[in-house]
Amino acid sequence: MAPPGTEPVIIVEGLTARYGEVTILQDVSFEVRRGERFMILGGSGCGKSTLLKHMIGLLRPHAGRVIINGIDITRADEGTLHRVRSRLGVLFQADALFGSMSLAENVALPLAEYTDLPPELIREIVRMKLGLVNLAGYENHMPSELSGGMRKRAGLARAMALDPMFLFFDEPWAGLDPVTAAELDILIRSLNEGTGTTMVFVTQELASIFSLAQRVIMLHRDVKGIIARGAPQELRASSTDPRVNHFFNRRAD
Amino acid sequence: MAAMNHSGYRMTVEGTAGEEASIRLAGRLALEDLRPLMAELRAIPERMKPRRIALDVSGVEYLDSAGALALIKMEILCGSLGIPFELLGVSEKDHGLLRLIDREAQLRPPLRPESERSDIVAKLGDRARRQYRDVLEIMSFVGELVAALAFCLAHPRTVRWEEVKFYMKRAGADGLPIVALISLLLGLIMAFMSSLQLKQFGANLYVANLVTIAMVRELGPIMTAILVAGRSGSAFAAEIGTMVVNDEVNALVTMGFDPVRFLAVPKVLAAMIVVPILTVYADVFAMLGGLIVGVTGLDLTAFTYIQQTKASIRVFDFATSLAKAVVFAMLISGIGCQRGFQVRGGAEGVGTSTTSAVVSAIFLIIVADSAFAIMLHYVRQ
Ligand SMILES: Nc1ncnc2c1ncn2[C@@H]1O[C@H](COP(=O)(O)OP(=O)(O)OP(=O)(O)O)[C@@H](O)[C@H]1O
Ligand SMILES: [Mg+2]
Repeated sequence: MAPPGTEPVIIVEGLTARYGEVTILQDVSFEVRRGERFMILGGSGCGKSTLLKHMIGLLRPHAGRVIINGIDITRADEGTLHRVRSRLGVLFQADALFGSMSLAENVALPLAEYTDLPPELIREIVRMKLGLVNLAGYENHMPSELSGGMRKRAGLARAMALDPMFLFFDEPWAGLDPVTAAELDILIRSLNEGTGTTMVFVTQELASIFSLAQRVIMLHRDVKGIIARGAPQELRASSTDPRVNHFFNRRAD
Repeated sequence: MAAMNHSGYRMTVEGTAGEEASIRLAGRLALEDLRPLMAELRAIPERMKPRRIALDVSGVEYLDSAGALALIKMEILCGSLGIPFELLGVSEKDHGLLRLIDREAQLRPPLRPESERSDIVAKLGDRARRQYRDVLEIMSFVGELVAALAFCLAHPRTVRWEEVKFYMKRAGADGLPIVALISLLLGLIMAFMSSLQLKQFGANLYVANLVTIAMVRELGPIMTAILVAGRSGSAFAAEIGTMVVNDEVNALVTMGFDPVRFLAVPKVLAAMIVVPILTVYADVFAMLGGLIVGVTGLDLTAFTYIQQTKASIRVFDFATSLAKAVVFAMLISGIGCQRGFQVRGGAEGVGTSTTSAVVSAIFLIIVADSAFAIMLHYVRQ
């Protein structure tokens, strides 16, 4: 076994993504390593969310493969896909909490579906998960009674309900104030270091990119693919591509 | 000594009762095995009544948060029993995970109790207050709607006629097949059932009168209104409700539009135009149903049946039937829009308001129809 941190656990190979006849991504390849915090960057409309949806099997690629933990999810049957999905947690851009359920019920939902634990054990786990995201005590609140940042954290608690091996985040910082965003950074970092969960982010939030990302790829709509990859600090310091430079230094072209 | 094997973890317990118990855990402490793990751990203090417990986890290969929870619950349990507890051999990584779990949060009660159970009086009062508020809201909406309609009558150019046309198609043309089918069947049933009785008196011909009068005076407007409430009232509520949830209505307000005039008026106007037309169709199709029974089952000729039908229609009845239809249309579309604007919360609120739009509309239709029945009784005299 390769030493932790270098073993690739998600491999995207020659991925081509299309909506109908429109090609959004062309021949994209990269890999995510075990336990790392990996970010997908790029301007608006370059296909970041599209790429993420392909990585979690919500969309099937036109060509290419996505291999998670050795399983090619683009060719997997429903049963296998279901099993792989139970190891994934996803935090959607709009938190996607179920508005008709309390926070406890939201977090308990995957636990009740995938395990045969008795209700009081589930309640214990739910309480722990809400504690992990600093929402202890909010079990019986409804999502509509929470602030945006609290809802994000509750969504994170639900995504982590089954101790997933992989967590995917679509723009987790969007709509958060700088202080709340920084708190979320700290929370994510401690969860990543504590649980060893592999984390993939889609984001444009420079502050969080520099504070969290270990490796990034940057997409661009002109090439329909990756224009840069590496550690964000290195890219900012040494990239010669003006598109990359402008992104990291927050300049208009 | 006891050794037990499970799919994921191995546990060995050493020591004598009343003295120190040393527990060794190895393998995977994960969510799948949480249930037996917690049960086994919990049983130890009870069974052995030890003076102290040492839990060695140096053999654990994989620990997830559920496993960590089991360890922490054990620590909490020992704390509450007054038994000193020690956790040994925790790896660096697992230490990080254990530190993340907030022990106090595990014991703290929720900020809000699970369900606020209240006695029946409080519930009744709450219910009554909600009903009262509901009535107030409806009244104020009626005010707004009437004002908006009056404004639109005075300034017909401000009405979004394209929208009106769209909803006329939705509520009217698209609804015609179901209205026609139901009315036809209703006419068939009425004619058939009444013919069984009237035949005994040789009064076959009066089937035509019965179907026509019943349909034009009462059933035509009511049946049509109920169908429109189910098809379109609910759709209006769902559409506006979704817009409320997505802040689209707020966006309209900030852009300087009056949401009632912008959203409700076209729907109400469209309903007021198409429901009377649908009612006429309903009447005609019911008569057709009666005609089918008359011709096939009662040995009447189509000509006599139609003559008899014509003779039994009174202009007054026909006109009031149309007036009723207009009133019903206002009630259905008005309450549909009002329920939509009333939506709070998320998707669930939309569902509730849609149901409520249909139920309230049918209720109002029946109430209004009763009022019409009494009123017309005196007018006819
Ligand atoms: N369901 C869809 N059908 C057709 N085209 C789509 C669909 N979803 C996205 N697109 C197109 O695909 C392109 C990439 O969309 P995507 O949502 O992946 O962008 P993004 O990088 O996530 O942008 P943003 O940062 O604004 O969220 C866009 O040009 C968009 O118009
Ligand atoms: Mg996106």
